[in-house]
Amino acid sequence: MSEPPPVIEFSGVGLTHPGPPPVPALHPADLRIGRGEFVTVVGPSGSGKSTFLNVTGLLDRPTEGVYRLDGIDTATLGEAQRTALRGRRIGFVFQSFHLLPHRSAVENVMLALVYTGVPRKERRALAVDALQRVGLGHRREAAASQMSGGERQRVAIARALVGRPSLLLCDEPTGNLDSGNADRVLDLLGGLHAAGMTLVVVTHDGEVAARGQRSVVIRDGLLRERETR
Amino acid sequence: MFGPRDLLDESLSSMLARPGRALLTVLGTLLGVAAFVSVLGLTATASGQISARFTALSATEVIVEDAPDSPATAGYAYPADTETRLTVLNGVRNAGLYWKPSTGDAEPRVYPRPPSLGDRGEPLTVTAATPGYLAAVHAGFRAGRPFDSWHDTHAAHVAVLGRAAAARLGVTRVEDQPAIFIGDVAFTVIGIIEDIDRQAETLLSVLIPSGTAAALWGLPDPEAGESPKVLIDTELGAAQLVGDQAALALRPDQPERFKVMAPPDPEQLKTAVSSDLSTLFLALAGICLLIGAVGIANTTLVAVLERTAEIGLRRALGARGRHIAAQFLAESAFLGLLGGVVGAALGVSAVIGTALLQQWTPILAPTTVLPAPLIGALTGLLAGLYPAHRATQHRTNNNPPPLTTPN
Repeated sequence: MSEPPPVIEFSGVGLTHPGPPPVPALHPADLRIGRGEFVTVVGPSGSGKSTFLNVTGLLDRPTEGVYRLDGIDTATLGEAQRTALRGRRIGFVFQSFHLLPHRSAVENVMLALVYTGVPRKERRALAVDALQRVGLGHRREAAASQMSGGERQRVAIARALVGRPSLLLCDEPTGNLDSGNADRVLDLLGGLHAAGMTLVVVTHDGEVAARGQRSVVIRDGLLRERETR
Repeated sequence: MFGPRDLLDESLSSMLARPGRALLTVLGTLLGVAAFVSVLGLTATASGQISARFTALSATEVIVEDAPDSPATAGYAYPADTETRLTVLNGVRNAGLYWKPSTGDAEPRVYPRPPSLGDRGEPLTVTAATPGYLAAVHAGFRAGRPFDSWHDTHAAHVAVLGRAAAARLGVTRVEDQPAIFIGDVAFTVIGIIEDIDRQAETLLSVLIPSGTAAALWGLPDPEAGESPKVLIDTELGAAQLVGDQAALALRPDQPERFKVMAPPDPEQLKTAVSSDLSTLFLALAGICLLIGAVGIANTTLVAVLERTAEIGLRRALGARGRHIAAQFLAESAFLGLLGGVVGAALGVSAVIGTALLQQWTPILAPTTVLPAPLIGALTGLLAGLYPAHRATQHRTNNNPPPLTTPN
């Protein structure tokens, strides 16, 4: 058996917003993130981090190059298949959590299973499992609007985990948290990494970036590796 | 996959998350459907009331009056075979001529004993009638029998008493052939009427055959206020037709001298009421529904713009465009359905309340009430089309991607 394909493989992937005038948001770049890696992506505002995130998360199609996710060439897929791939293989964690405020923690986590073909009967048990993994099993029936920021982000991480994705894609996961909660969330992410999860964390916070094994720097749409200290 | 149950769950819980807004949104649809139901219900109730007023009795009664328009044609107008001429018409059951003869006295009195004995007598009405008249008023006899054409042609001195007249005269039975006196003319009482379906005042009068009256006091003189009339009892539904034909059958030479009173056609009245009320109010209900649809469309559109983050989240969680569109469509359809249900309930209450106040019988056709919630749902569905389309479009609309926070 050959080695499993890398989770993310960019070969000359770039995105140029059509003009006029054409604006290159991400210059063609190569990138390889293997299974179980913890990679941080850093860069100042407007550097192209969002574009990187949208391309990696299959929300935007690159205008050039080949992007393989788990060895699947995403360029050949139709929109419906890209959506299905996104739902099954990528778990998103956002800066502002994006929980539905009127629903309980477990309902928010179950939402991730609605569109991916998990039978209704199994959803609650899976969601409770995921909440226990982030240490919120006791808060499963609390409404999202009644939770602290740290708790919300952990619910959001549980929601990202519940579908057993190959990749956890985090966008400034600690950007809206105080340092205590941020540490707890970063510890949680570190624990997930230790358990074998592939993590890509986009951030401009050096402390967060230091948690990863590798860092990728984006500046003016240019992607390049940086050796960790 | 994302099944109907999931769609139901997602759209219902999104809707119920903002109950206040949902209620305000459905207000337009609610009013429209309420107006729709109450207009149709009230129209049906009012028409029902009209047809109830036209009972079978009044719908089968035609009265012919002699109303000559020039003095040259004045005078007694009815041919001798008046009854036969009318009863041969299709739809006529009974017909009878009647008038109040002037007996010579200024104030006619009827005596139970010869007036020469000094009795004061009773001031009762005397009615001269052909035998058909008794049948036409549906007279029911307590004792004895009606007079017939033999009595009429032979000018027999016989009388039939109404129940009240009999009581006033002290006549209770006819086996001993009691006599009464009109003026000083003696009549044998042959029957006592117990009840009557039309012209109830006849119960207070003494009825004698028309031939007898004509022989005693002459044919009625319209100038003296004796104006004879014809009462026709028709089959149900034949009154209008008989009314058209009666004058011609009586006097083909001068049909225009008669005034024929036939009951108005209940169907015509009903449709007149319906078309007056419903066109106006149905137009209003339509406008309300339109406003309701615009309201739902507007709110749903605002919700789509407001919930770009939620839409983005759902897309990130693997929702396809049609899942998002279906959810917003279902939400607006539910809003419309809610408005339809509450509106239908309000409309029904309005109809029942009005009917209670007016002491009418409320009439609500199931074909009016049952589709009302569906009309609301349809309104909501139509209103949701554009917002749902917009919800799937936001990625290509030059909007910033909703997932990432500007950093």
